[in-house]
Amino acid sequence: MSTAPTQDSPPSELENPRRGHHPTPRDYVRIALILAVLTALEVSTYFFEFGPLGIPVLIVLMIVKFLMVAGFFMHLRFDVPLYTKLLYTGLFFALVLYAITLAVLVLDGGELL
Amino acid sequence: MSAVAHETSLGLDNRKLAMWTFLGSEFLFFGAFVSAYLLYLDRTAGGVGIEVFDIPFTSISSFVLLMSSLTMVLAHHAHTKGDMRRMRMWILATAGQGAVFLGGQVFEFTVFYREGLVATQSPFASSFYYLAGFHGIHVFVGILMLLGLYSLSLTGKVKPNQDLKTEMIGLYWHFVDIIWVVIFTVVYLIPELAMT
Repeated sequence: MSTAPTQDSPPSELENPRRGHHPTPRDYVRIALILAVLTALEVSTYFFEFGPLGIPVLIVLMIVKFLMVAGFFMHLRFDVPLYTKLLYTGLFFALVLYAITLAVLVLDGGELL
Repeated sequence: MSAVAHETSLGLDNRKLAMWTFLGSEFLFFGAFVSAYLLYLDRTAGGVGIEVFDIPFTSISSFVLLMSSLTMVLAHHAHTKGDMRRMRMWILATAGQGAVFLGGQVFEFTVFYREGLVATQSPFASSFYYLAGFHGIHVFVGILMLLGLYSLSLTGKVKPNQDLKTEMIGLYWHFVDIIWVVIFTVVYLIPELAMT
């Protein structure tokens, strides 16, 4: 098989040293199984009493699932870092937006409408 | 079209860069809706609130959407190997799971409506429907793109060496999935837990 660049991939991306470490289908299935277990853990907080740990556990599980899908399924762990920066810049601004809205709500005495 | 046609000064493919920029900007779009939902969580105007949610049902549809990311990545992997038959099979599986999720959402919304959660009733209801509804629209667009890719590969217009097309649609699909990961926790599970 030729090692020439494909029609869709410019040469510089092919030359990225991290590209060679893409997971195999078996790895993807393993990741999906872990995600399924994490989802089951999330849902278990609805059926079982976790006390004050419930919400922190849910937030940690959400972040882990998010990072696993973005890192492995979206290939951010194996792609050029610029894509990671683009995605997380958007996420950062979304959090800033929430913080500003929350601050306005608090400063306005709880009335947004 | 030559291999160097999309080479840029950054050394990255313009189309892929555009997709990642678009996905980054989508966080702001959904961030605004999630912010509105969280801030209006207790503004039910005396009407129906989060008690209407059916967590077991939503858990199943969330699981289906999460697993659709697996079939999507397997479709992309098959395309990189030039195995178009297998790629098409996984693409159809992904679209099918997306349709199941969307069907579940339509059913869920119908039940909510019958139980009194009407979009115009309260800030809580409208923020919930806008957030979940816009996500649903994103899933619908994703299904259309998947079916388009399936059709184009069937007619030979998407070739084995054009795996970037599958990758781009895959990126969009995984993004829709991670947004739901956030929505499922922040919109459904945490408020339910906080209420008990």
